Amino acid sequence: MTHINNLKSIQYIIKKAIFTIVFSIVSLFSFANHDTTHLATANVHEENNGEEKFDINKTIMEHVADAHDWHLWGHTSIHLPVILYTNKGLDIFSSGKFNHGHDIYVGKYAYKMEHEKIHAVDENGNVLEDVSVLDFSITKNVATLLITVFGLILIFLTVANGYSKRGIGAPKGIQSWLEPIILFVRDDIATPNLGKHTNKYMPYLLTVFFFIWFNNMLGLIPFFPGGANVTGNIAVTMVLSVITFVLTNINAKKAYWSHIFLPHVPLWLYPLMIPVEIIGIFTKPFALMIRLFANITAGHILVLSLVCLAILFKSFAVGFATTPLIVFISAIELLVAFLQAFIFTILSALFIGMAVNIETEEAHH
Amino acid sequence: MELVTPSIGLLFWSALAFFILMFVLGKFAWKPITQALKEREDSIDEALKSAETARKQLESLKTDNERLLQEARIERDKLMKEANEIKDQILAKAKSDAKSEGDKMISAAKEAIEMEKVNAMNQLKTQVANLTVDLAEKILRNKMEDRSLQEVFVNDSLKNITLN
Repeated sequence: MTHINNLKSIQYIIKKAIFTIVFSIVSLFSFANHDTTHLATANVHEENNGEEKFDINKTIMEHVADAHDWHLWGHTSIHLPVILYTNKGLDIFSSGKFNHGHDIYVGKYAYKMEHEKIHAVDENGNVLEDVSVLDFSITKNVATLLITVFGLILIFLTVANGYSKRGIGAPKGIQSWLEPIILFVRDDIATPNLGKHTNKYMPYLLTVFFFIWFNNMLGLIPFFPGGANVTGNIAVTMVLSVITFVLTNINAKKAYWSHIFLPHVPLWLYPLMIPVEIIGIFTKPFALMIRLFANITAGHILVLSLVCLAILFKSFAVGFATTPLIVFISAIELLVAFLQAFIFTILSALFIGMAVNIETEEAHH
Repeated sequence: MELVTPSIGLLFWSALAFFILMFVLGKFAWKPITQALKEREDSIDEALKSAETARKQLESLKTDNERLLQEARIERDKLMKEANEIKDQILAKAKSDAKSEGDKMISAAKEAIEMEKVNAMNQLKTQVANLTVDLAEKILRNKMEDRSLQEVFVNDSLKNITLN
């Protein structure tokens, strides 16, 4: 019996090892491929002696930041639409017109893209400082957001369809796969914090949980349609945390405000306490915003740094050495992807719950 | 620094995307899903509860049955006892009836026998008397010529017969 078990565990280890190697090679190549193209395009500066210099900082920052083109492989990119709004109105054109920042596109103004930032320029290529260009482009992150929206709608309409088809019967397929997670959000995240208000906030909590998780996971895929650092972008996390902030404060009970403006401290402490409490209203969602952004961005930077090591040293040996490390970090990032979705959701539930259930809490004191 | 500066475009699009997602999912996914989950939980709850009540009912039914059986047994015993008593009574009555009837018949028979006996005796007496008279006549005709003697003899004989 033990012999068979041993055999099985050996088989399992071999399978895992093969999977690991394949996965790491794939991830290495897709990243490496990506970076070599950059070697050819932007990130290489010819030094005086003719040697190529690889700017690791710039590469990583470019990967972590948003982009107007979605790079696929080699010299192949998807040119996403650029939408600009200036005092002359809307300008919509393909980002291919910029030719990765080399060319100037002339619409209502002449536009130049520098480090993914679009400026209006005059005929000589000098930036017009007094013209503000609002960039509503469908960037890589926006495109990923659209994929997320369609993906999540498709997935959860399928799940909902399963319920309408099978009624209260046993779940099947994707429905049975996602049901425990939905129940987890309801029973372990929402109900303990929100109590009798749970049902009201369930749509937001479920949406925010699956939105963050799905995007975190997409971000871990190193090639199309993944790779965008959506939840590691401060604009996205800002939107999410502002929604939590608004939900917290517009639904807050009277006791929540009296706790802020009439705290249970001696009167002479009021000048100190009230500002602290007011700052506290903002720090909670602010921390939410920074936490998600920093965690996901840090993960991306970590993986990218390890990948760049092989390119920096121009050595296959270094690549083989860092590969297990990359796999390990990627596995941790899988965990972090779930964990950060969970933390954002549970803290949102907690903040909202503290504001709407404060009466019952006061009664305990 | 650029990393921590939110861009207006992404702010706009992510807010739009998120609200669309929340609206569509809230209306077409979360509502039916959470409702179905709630329904299922309720139905499981109900099923468990009804199973429990069914179990209790079965138990009470069992005790009821036992009680009924016990009662039936007692009733049966009572009926048997009563039936036995009635049977005994009937038997006793039949016996006594038969006895009295028999007694009556016997006494009637006795009476009849007595009567027959008296009749027979009377007939016998007359016959014996006739025979005797005939016999005596014959004897007397042969032996007694004297009339007075005859009379004395006859009277004596008669007296003797009556005494019998």
